Amino acid sequence: MTEQKHIVIIGGGPAGLQAASGLKDSGHQITIIEKESTIGGKLNSWHKLFPEFQTANDISVYLINSINNSNTEVLKQTIVTKITRENNHFKISTAQNHSLKADAILLATGFELFRAEKKEEYGYGIYKNIITSADLESSFRQNGLKDLLLGKTHPRIGFIHCVGSRDKKCGNTYCSKVCCVTGVKQAIEIKQLIPHSQVFNFYMDLRMYGQNFEELYIEAQQDYSINFIRGRVSEIAENIDGTLQIKAEDTLSGRPLKMNFDLVILLAGMENRQDYDNIMDNNIKLSRSNGFIVPINRHVRPNETTIPGIFIAGTCREPLSIQETIADAKSAASTITEWINKQSN
Amino acid sequence: MKAEGKKKVWSDYQKNIADNHYFYVRSCIRQTFFPGSETTFLKILRNNLSKDIFEDARHTTCTGIGYHTDIVPFETLMTIIARQFALMTEAGYSHFVPSCVTSFGIYTEVLDTWKHFPETEEKTREYLWKATKREFKVPDNLAHTSDIIYKFRENISAISKYRLVNRKTGEPLNVVEHIGCHYSKMFPSSGVGGAEFPAVLTGMVESWGGNVIDYPERRHCCGFGFRQYLVKANRGYSLSNSKKKFESMQPYKPDFIVANCPGCAMFLDRWQYTIAEMEGTTYDQFGMGIPVLTYEEMAGLVLGYSPWEMGMQMHQVSVEPLLDKIGVEYQKNEKYKGLHGQDIGKPQKPQFLIV
Repeated sequence: MTEQKHIVIIGGGPAGLQAASGLKDSGHQITIIEKESTIGGKLNSWHKLFPEFQTANDISVYLINSINNSNTEVLKQTIVTKITRENNHFKISTAQNHSLKADAILLATGFELFRAEKKEEYGYGIYKNIITSADLESSFRQNGLKDLLLGKTHPRIGFIHCVGSRDKKCGNTYCSKVCCVTGVKQAIEIKQLIPHSQVFNFYMDLRMYGQNFEELYIEAQQDYSINFIRGRVSEIAENIDGTLQIKAEDTLSGRPLKMNFDLVILLAGMENRQDYDNIMDNNIKLSRSNGFIVPINRHVRPNETTIPGIFIAGTCREPLSIQETIADAKSAASTITEWINKQSN
Repeated sequence: MKAEGKKKVWSDYQKNIADNHYFYVRSCIRQTFFPGSETTFLKILRNNLSKDIFEDARHTTCTGIGYHTDIVPFETLMTIIARQFALMTEAGYSHFVPSCVTSFGIYTEVLDTWKHFPETEEKTREYLWKATKREFKVPDNLAHTSDIIYKFRENISAISKYRLVNRKTGEPLNVVEHIGCHYSKMFPSSGVGGAEFPAVLTGMVESWGGNVIDYPERRHCCGFGFRQYLVKANRGYSLSNSKKKFESMQPYKPDFIVANCPGCAMFLDRWQYTIAEMEGTTYDQFGMGIPVLTYEEMAGLVLGYSPWEMGMQMHQVSVEPLLDKIGVEYQKNEKYKGLHGQDIGKPQKPQFLIV
């Protein structure tokens, strides 16, 4: 029988919850530290998930239920301030004056949405009818765009892909991976809500990498008449009536274009969480690429870091979908169990 | 429009602007385009703000126009810039203030090049020494003249005689602000407020009581663009850019346009005449066009300077409707008199644009 160890999971989003679920029967003590007042992470503010439009809340409830009636301790509204290594364990300090001793730590800290206001030419935070994909999900959850479109029955709506992704100017050269299909999914949702709307997606190229993603893209064009224009938008400005004027280049026709929209949605990419950058003690150095934590080996040891005892799961390593995050967290739980067993032997 | 969003952007683009002891370099074209503006700037700094500002008559063009039209090589340009810095150094100054936005862009570009490629600075020093036996120090501070007025906008406001307010209605005047591309579009961090939502002219307008118009083609080029107008065959393109802006701003009923670039102010003013002659179109309701001011003229009006002493009779679009809105006192019959009271002659009347 392996001695009971204490595994601390930092982050109570999909990765943290799934990992806790995978570890709950391991016989070890599990603690989740979550900075928000509720667990579930960004799933809590999402409406539906691609590609099958499953309700995000269902997944969130499933994950939360999976740790109910277990011995998993959840510390909500708790912010980790320092992680130090002491002999064979770690000491975790929090702003709420906890001091936890951990044998293993799973970082499931997730991502930050790219701050779209950094793309100043798009006017997010300045023009009222420019929102992000995350704002749109909140609006879907709350009132189905009523506040945004004020009852317009034939609105023209534009999606701008790759905002904060594959963009050297804002410092992010990587692809956030999930935005393309999110744009397609959200465009379809808008057409379902407002059938007479005109929806345009401005893209560089569409990376429909996952199962049924390509089918969704074809469905968007064939069944919903959603327009896809290959070209980046150079700037957005507000017209006197509050509508938005965008300038773009249609790179397929090789011509500049100018169009007016009632609503523009910026498909903001993923960035690493910077608030966790400085919590590690000086002798704990995690390798990073594009800000995300680099595992020992992406192919065969994707959940292990260069620091023995510190593991990673989910989007703190790289942009991932919810499906991939959950699979990755299962992998992380299994990896941690194996590692503890090896340490005990 | 959310004002707080703009303020957030502006807070990211604050620049250090020296508060005194400036070495001033004039533009090579502004004295022809808007002949009183540079003198007004010097008067405001010396007489109203009690600042020390020095200029050396030996300074030359920065060769920016030649550079941007591929006539002057970059090495030559850097050496000429180095000579300007040498004049500044010899005069005992370290705060360099160019009047022209293209020059400001050139100086910014050269300093940035030297920062990233120090060997180019060394080479330039060598060229300058061989050519002139001069040496120089890199300025401690580089600011455009509009930056200086921006910095002291509240001081100017405190001693202002007039506000940018319609005297009859009490409403703020609607102002189109236009930033020269070379002010901050090449190096956003070198301009107050950055490139997308520049604050340098907006700050002045708002401090002096006006209301800035945010119209859709606000960022669009004025039409000056060297390659657009220097080649005669391209001038239709230059004109079409200006026309696009006028059509975009017209619904907001601007009372005047203010620019911080020699070319922008020139073309936005003169092309209104051309468009009127070509199409019979003007962009105000009375057929007089939209007055176009330099920021020095705007500051001068606020401070009570005579519009004719500032050279505003040289504008194509008449400024009198604006002067009347603000309530500026001026003598109509002195419009075409020179500084010493001599008759400078009246321009021919256009066919459509009312002057």
